[in-house]
Amino acid sequence: MKYFLQRIAFYLFTAWAAITLNFFIPRLVPGDPVQSLIAKFRGQLSTEAINSLYVLFGLDDNKGLWAQYVDYWKQLFQGDLGLSFTFFPSPVADIIGDALPWTVLLVGITTVISFLIGTGLGVFAGWRRGSWTDGLLPVTTFFSSVPYFWLGIIAIYLLTGPDSFFPSSGGFDSSLVPAWDQYFIPSALQHSLLPALTILISSVSGWILSMRNMMVTVSSEDYITVAHAKGLSERRVAVSYAARNALLPNISGFALSLGFIVGGTLLVEIVFSYPGLGFILLQALGAKDYPLMQGIFLVITISVLVANLLADLAYLLLDPRTRKEG
Amino acid sequence: MEPVLEIRNLNVEYGLGDRAVRAVRDVNLTLHRGEVLGLAGESGSGKSTLAYGLTRLLAPPGVITGGEVIYHPEKGDPYDVLGLSDKALRAFRWAETAIVFQGAMNSLNPVHKISTQLTDVLKAHDPNMSEHSRNARAREMLKLVGISPDRMDAYPHQLSGGMRQRVMIGMALILQPQVVIMDEPTTALDVVMQRQILGQLIELRERLGFSVIFITHDLSLLVEFSNRIAIMYGGRIVEEAPASTIYRDALHPYSKGLLSSFPALRGPRRELAGIPGSPPDLAGMPTGCSFHPRCPKAFEPCSTHIPVLGRPDSPDGAARSVACWLHPTEQPVG
Repeated sequence: MKYFLQRIAFYLFTAWAAITLNFFIPRLVPGDPVQSLIAKFRGQLSTEAINSLYVLFGLDDNKGLWAQYVDYWKQLFQGDLGLSFTFFPSPVADIIGDALPWTVLLVGITTVISFLIGTGLGVFAGWRRGSWTDGLLPVTTFFSSVPYFWLGIIAIYLLTGPDSFFPSSGGFDSSLVPAWDQYFIPSALQHSLLPALTILISSVSGWILSMRNMMVTVSSEDYITVAHAKGLSERRVAVSYAARNALLPNISGFALSLGFIVGGTLLVEIVFSYPGLGFILLQALGAKDYPLMQGIFLVITISVLVANLLADLAYLLLDPRTRKEG
Repeated sequence: MEPVLEIRNLNVEYGLGDRAVRAVRDVNLTLHRGEVLGLAGESGSGKSTLAYGLTRLLAPPGVITGGEVIYHPEKGDPYDVLGLSDKALRAFRWAETAIVFQGAMNSLNPVHKISTQLTDVLKAHDPNMSEHSRNARAREMLKLVGISPDRMDAYPHQLSGGMRQRVMIGMALILQPQVVIMDEPTTALDVVMQRQILGQLIELRERLGFSVIFITHDLSLLVEFSNRIAIMYGGRIVEEAPASTIYRDALHPYSKGLLSSFPALRGPRRELAGIPGSPPDLAGMPTGCSFHPRCPKAFEPCSTHIPVLGRPDSPDGAARSVACWLHPTEQPVG
């Protein structure tokens, strides 16, 4: 329990540090949203118009950095992430709330499926090393080194078109209104297939490779020989002795990838114009939309921290050596 | 004495084809019921390979290229272990021949409680045994090797090296096997712990009546704890005799070299000497007797002809065998 509280304290500190950095970094970037608007209008704005834009975005009063920082924390605790500049006057919290489910469902489910399939195949390939399964390795190495977005572009080029089943962009048919009904859900599924496959193909290979290699390493451990010598069934040795130990390093990799669900597949969302967080982040970056950027970074930071906490807990559960007491 | 395990002309190679390394060559060895047979030799002499080979546990690229391992069960006809089907082999393992491995620290699965690891072998060999009696048996074994049964729920990392090796010994005896192979069981432990554990093992052997093949490079331990000793060099057995005979009157220059490389606790002082040179490269063995380049007494036939293991022409020749041109043998053994 003491260990657990220590971890919690550590994560709270990390969260504080991350949020503080999150506050300062956008303010260190040269330029501001009004400047980018001026650029957009090619300098055809009058001084009055510029001044009124500053007032509109709340950038007029010259508050000190410290005061801004305190305000930032106050608002954060009220769940108020400010107003977006790009989607003015929508609150950032609403925009993120709309985009987050798309990302979490698409990337989250794909990541979990990819981990399960990859680990399963990796266990098999590692246990049967030297057989035909080794022939799959160069293929998986190739796919694991291909970037997501490139695979996405290829998929769009080859598989979509006017007559194709696969839509080339968007998260659902534009003639539909998002709702939990029999029209919207199939459409959303249809739109998610291609991005999901893209992510799956390029991420599953990584899991296969790492799990296979761990299986090969673990297979030469003494306790595996002992398990064979004990006359245990092949299945029991493979699962309960070899795979059970080989899984441990992969668990932390999995937790990390859960953390990157929110931010990690930005490029896939951009390629497929998928209405998730990555797509929003791109727009926020282009418009120097601090509040939206900060909001998205905050969500990413928190999800990485939560994923790490989950990894710690999973480790406690799976590896008795990490439990300090008892 | 009736035999329990007979190894006949066993050959083990690592790799295939021309580049294969012959790690065990034409080994003939018989283990009798209730005896402790010591197997000694330097690193790389093939002693562990022999042990892994006779239980068919060799990891690839190890292959058994010839020979027989005849096992005599307590009841029923003897059979060749090398000819068993996978299923029969699984049933044979641990129930008839259990092994205590050299890596005391790594022989237990780190993620399972020792109770799980003690009982899964019972479950595998007797699926009808109730969970209650499995646990009772596991407790009994822990008590037998001097570990408090309340450590059943401990994980391996919570036990000391000595305790882990005791758990392994308890695990080896849990199915009451006829043969226990000890592959350098105490190498990872300190000297005091070594003696304590071996003493306990010998006591258990007297009580339970199993036979032991005891593999080590420490000849002093063998002289103390075994009935008979076989000395291996370059994959072959070069001398085999009762332990006291080897100690008093070793015939093979290699056995003599091994004996003079450790100090005796009792008896007259003697000069300590190592064996010059290093163990042979198994991939490029010398011609003739593989020991001749290091042998202080090598003479003309040694470098060209391989000496055959046989009974030497000495008063106690019937109980021993040696493979050396210094001691012409009457008839080959095996």
